[in-house]
Amino acid sequence: MSATTAVRPIAFGPSLGRSALVLGAGVAFVAVAAGAAVMSGTSDIGIGDVIAIVLHRLTGIGPVTWPASAETIVWELRLPRVVAGMVVGAGLACAGTVFQALLRNPMADPYIIGPAAGASLGAVTALLLPVATVGWLGLGLVQLLAFAGGLLTVFVVFAIARGQAGTPVVTLLLSGYAVSSLLSAGVALLIFNSGQRIAAVIGWLLGSLGGASWARVGFAVPLIVISFSLLLVRWRGLNALLLGEVQAAHLGVDVEREKRILTGLAALATSAGVAISGTIGFVGLVVPHLVRLAVGPDHRLLLPASLLYGAGLLVLADLGARLAGGIPVGIVTALIGAPFLLWLLRRSVRGGR
Amino acid sequence: MSEPVVRLDGVAAGYRSGRGERRVLERVDLELGRGEMAALLGANGSGKTTLLGIMAGTIRPTAGTVELFGRPAGTWSRAEIARSVAVSPQSLELPAGFRVSEIVAMGRTPHRGRWFGWEADDQRAVADALRDADAESLADRPVTELSGGERQRVLVALALAQEPRLLLMDEPTTHLDVAHAAALLASISRLQRLRGVTVVVVVHDLVLAAMWAPRVIVLDAGRIAADGPPEAALRPDVVRRAYGVAVETAVTGAGRRILVPHLPAAVREDVARPVD
Repeated sequence: MSATTAVRPIAFGPSLGRSALVLGAGVAFVAVAAGAAVMSGTSDIGIGDVIAIVLHRLTGIGPVTWPASAETIVWELRLPRVVAGMVVGAGLACAGTVFQALLRNPMADPYIIGPAAGASLGAVTALLLPVATVGWLGLGLVQLLAFAGGLLTVFVVFAIARGQAGTPVVTLLLSGYAVSSLLSAGVALLIFNSGQRIAAVIGWLLGSLGGASWARVGFAVPLIVISFSLLLVRWRGLNALLLGEVQAAHLGVDVEREKRILTGLAALATSAGVAISGTIGFVGLVVPHLVRLAVGPDHRLLLPASLLYGAGLLVLADLGARLAGGIPVGIVTALIGAPFLLWLLRRSVRGGR
Repeated sequence: MSEPVVRLDGVAAGYRSGRGERRVLERVDLELGRGEMAALLGANGSGKTTLLGIMAGTIRPTAGTVELFGRPAGTWSRAEIARSVAVSPQSLELPAGFRVSEIVAMGRTPHRGRWFGWEADDQRAVADALRDADAESLADRPVTELSGGERQRVLVALALAQEPRLLLMDEPTTHLDVAHAAALLASISRLQRLRGVTVVVVVHDLVLAAMWAPRVIVLDAGRIAADGPPEAALRPDVVRRAYGVAVETAVTGAGRRILVPHLPAAVREDVARPVD
């Protein structure tokens, strides 16, 4: 074409240097949070021993210079819990980022169209069933029913909202709200009749990483890694959706197809996380806002940064929950997240976004 | 002449609601050739935006056929269409946090370059788009700090970054003052010359349309009421029916005939020759 000129590169999008800085800082944050969490606890185990134990377990090298109890505490109790915190935090933050873009709603979080209510009904049903020993892949019935309940709910909500001319965002939100309410009524009924098991039920609903095990981590990690990877490669579509569905379509995005794929992937990450931790709130709402403030709205950087900071923050919150005497981590995330959200709100009201 | 860029045959469009169907377009036949430039006029609700949507493949006709570059529009994927047809919308809320160049780069979405980066092709297309839309100086501005006119130029650049062969513009001059509107239309003409793009521009201003467009299409309640060079298409009777206002013809110093809405208080005997 005659209009083409010599290549005159112009800079746009996050630069490589800035991206490396943001992601490098994120990795360091996760590492520090994880290190602090693995070392903290009622038994004092030095940092040298912790590193030696982990290295020994991973590679088999080095002489054993620590008591067997230290190895059990680090490898079987603390580390799975830390890794579970990372995975769940990462999954919730990514899912929240995606739902905020897809629904163009700042109040969107991973649970907005129903997976939490569905997972809760599944988990609470399992907790109250007389059969306690059913399991698969090292998972209990609670995790399996929570996972299935979360995913199934999103599919149902989407199917209800889907009409001939597509799936309008408002319908999706309302359908999610209605189905969530219905399922929550079921959960409430079960709680009312839960009798002696009420502590376990409430504990699960508030979210806790207490029961973390390598088997549970091994279940959630691949699902969340797959979901994140497939979401990340769709960054162009996610960015285009920020311009609204009509303009995204003009830019070549098959909006309805994209909506189905993004919802499915985000629901997968959410349900996998909820299955192993219960319904931990606020991480998936606040982390994307926080990260967006820091790195901007481009999903190429926003998604991986949310993944890292979500992982680090939930590990820290869980450490706080442990230090506070083993309260459910959902209480800590709410205690930190809610004031932070209010601060964001005041900030936007005072003007200057 | 080569095959038409877009051909509409007996196209109808509308919305189905609970109580039946509301027709927006009826039996529209239209053909645009390569490099043609047309102004699309019509009262609010006459179907202009729907017609653009039909040509962009985002609205499916309820009857008739649409062909883009000789191929039925229904056989194109969304991305395929977006590589050839761009729409610059009437208005668009630009998401905070982006710079102008990043928004314009979104025009490269259908071209799908490397996984996470932009290729030399993308860089060049964005640079060319910014230059041709007269938005080069805005490249590094945050999108929240643009005036109405600047925002309009950014929307044009976004469409140009798609490197379309057919450019559909929905009221690009509506928020602009006379000088900026004229400058934008001039740059569209330049684009058409430089890139050989086919352009359809929705314009509300009868004078601007008459002065600028080689071809004028007037929509009236979903039908094409007139289609041709401005002096033929912009007849007082056509405009009066399409807009429901009387107009009078005035002759400019250069001997051009333009239409002026008939507002009794504004009639000046020395300029106008009443038609109706």
